[in-house]
Amino acid sequence: MWHILKYIARHRRPGASASPTRSPTLSPSRHRAHLIHPDILAILGRALAIRHVDGGSCNGCELEIHALNNPYYNIEGLGIKFVASPRHADMLLVTGPVSRHMELALKRTYDAIPAPKLVVAIGDCGCTGGIFGESYASCGRVSNVIPVDVTVPGCPPPPADILAGILTALRVRPSLAPDEGTASDFTPGFN
Amino acid sequence: MQFSGLDCRFERLAAPLPMHRARVDATQWSALAFAVATTKGRLVSLWGSDRRAMGDGFAVATAYATAEGLLWVELGLDVMRPAYPDISRFFVPALRMQRAAHDLVGIDAEDSVDSRQWLRHGAWPADYFPLRIENTGQERFAPQPDNYPFVFVEGDGVHEIAVGPVHAGTIEPGHFRFSVVGEKVLRLEERFGYTHKGIERRFMGMDIDEGARLAGRVSGDSTVAYAWAYAMAAESAAGVAVPERAAWLRALLLERERVANHLGDLGALGNDAAFGFALAQFSRLREDWLRANFEAFGHRLLMDCIRPGGVARDLDAAAAAQLRRDAVALVAEVAELKDIYDEHAGLQDRFVTTGRVAPELAARFGLTGLAGRASGQVADLRVDFPWPPYDKLAVTASTQFNGDVAARVAVRFDECFESLRLIDALLAALPDGPLDVPIAIRDAASGAGWIEGWRGEIFVALETDARGRIARCHCHDPSWQNWPVIEHAIIDNIVADFPLINKSFNLGYSAQDL
Ligand code: SF4
Repeated sequence: MWHILKYIARHRRPGASASPTRSPTLSPSRHRAHLIHPDILAILGRALAIRHVDGGSCNGCELEIHALNNPYYNIEGLGIKFVASPRHADMLLVTGPVSRHMELALKRTYDAIPAPKLVVAIGDCGCTGGIFGESYASCGRVSNVIPVDVTVPGCPPPPADILAGILTALRVRPSLAPDEGTASDFTPGFN
Repeated sequence: MQFSGLDCRFERLAAPLPMHRARVDATQWSALAFAVATTKGRLVSLWGSDRRAMGDGFAVATAYATAEGLLWVELGLDVMRPAYPDISRFFVPALRMQRAAHDLVGIDAEDSVDSRQWLRHGAWPADYFPLRIENTGQERFAPQPDNYPFVFVEGDGVHEIAVGPVHAGTIEPGHFRFSVVGEKVLRLEERFGYTHKGIERRFMGMDIDEGARLAGRVSGDSTVAYAWAYAMAAESAAGVAVPERAAWLRALLLERERVANHLGDLGALGNDAAFGFALAQFSRLREDWLRANFEAFGHRLLMDCIRPGGVARDLDAAAAAQLRRDAVALVAEVAELKDIYDEHAGLQDRFVTTGRVAPELAARFGLTGLAGRASGQVADLRVDFPWPPYDKLAVTASTQFNGDVAARVAVRFDECFESLRLIDALLAALPDGPLDVPIAIRDAASGAGWIEGWRGEIFVALETDARGRIARCHCHDPSWQNWPVIEHAIIDNIVADFPLINKSFNLGYSAQDL
């Protein structure tokens, strides 16, 4: 235990390592990340719960989503949380081209998410189908299967870009503000 | 070359590792499988091809690892009745590969004990074979229900837990069916193929450079290993050797990929045993490592850094010196975290004896790579067939015999330290010279690549058509061998330990669903 506490004491901030071989800098992405929290609270009025679905990626995008949980990006500290059940989620992150074998599972996950169902497609594959494209086995881009609010290009996009995409998704749907949201749900459509 | 006195001639491929190729008939096919099995060789891969465009029929091929190197064996099959003798009698891992070869090419292993579909769910019909030349791969079918015949376990108090394809965490999709009594697992059956996106069909018709990008995206966590294996295959088909500096930089990239994955997994393993501190620290170290990748090579995961003929980017002296300092600093950090792991009673309690694969079981199932080395299966291509630059580095393979989660953790720590030593040695003596050689394939040629990735041996077999475009490219991941062993590793463990056991192997889904 003593050993652990000592280790923690020496690594209070990521980037400030015990035996620094690089000058510790406050990374720009960390800075960007901390600007997001007030935005989330202003828009959602609460923390953001995200469900991720791998639609058939090469797992490169997953690695970068994982990185969001490391101490540099510290997304839990921003009130962003990955949840296990789609029913607890505000937002769906989808990676990969959607394989035909995942099409149904993805649609079901999407259906299980309560409105407003924000969807962010991650990576070149999620945006366009990427190098895998469409075929007997691949539906291609995510929007071929479910509606998408924001796309984050990159192969894979770095964690800071994914975070920026999450924030953009919150902004592109201003109707998310609680009042307007419920109002539009109950207003008969005029389309 | 002849193998084991069999009367088929093997031609050596032009490649830095000993790889040999032969065409055989059905009798030799079975005799060879038997001979390899009895001389303690391993099955590396099995795949099918459609050669009708070249005036042949169908073909099935295997790659075996033997003391003499790799044997690429090919058997031509009748067009009307494309069937071949089953080899799963000799090599358990062949079963799923044979099932996949059926789903993709429509060739059958005769008298196999399991001929259920493997890669195909309901997305395309049973009589459609995507790799056959009459199909373009662009066909679309209305999805059918996937009535996969799982094996049911019956008995007093037995119930089933079905998990996936969508899992609770950020991981790849697959389906697991546990039959349990109380908390104890009696049986696990895996079902994969969810991430099948038609990679092998996609390769067909690509030029060599396009193919390199695709090979680097078979599995993102092993992009360097795939890119190198593919490049080696292309270079062996073209008959060119890469310059020394390129080979050294490739090894540097490969070892950096190994370290990055071990850092990620060591943290995740601690976390799965409820030791959150470990995840925070290891993921911090991994992030530093990936940022250094980006600075030095322009990509955090090192995608597209290796290309046929050489490497895409050079490293200047200042960057090399910085990477060396990073490696030295990381040794100290990981050593300290290893002490913390070793001393932590709660962690050891979860790791020791959990998910045990005894060496005998590992040998019978052909457990390979990192997980194999944790169960006494001593094999590492960098040690067994040290190709440049590993011939100058005297790599030591890590070996453990307990085969439990603790052993797989120990192998990861060992390999992390060994890779950091290699990185230091590579950077200390990086030879000067060009970064690549021109490579052009303008006619029908074939070649193979064989690389020890962080998970185990990656194999790529490449064949081009008369215009030098890809006729067939088969990529093999060690996950094929190791997934079936997890079905055994979990038996008699509790369900709650599955995530920990699974993580200790950390096998690929996309890598084998293709
Ligand atoms: S965008 Fe790139 S990293 Fe992400 S799934 Fe596609 S190929 Fe893999």
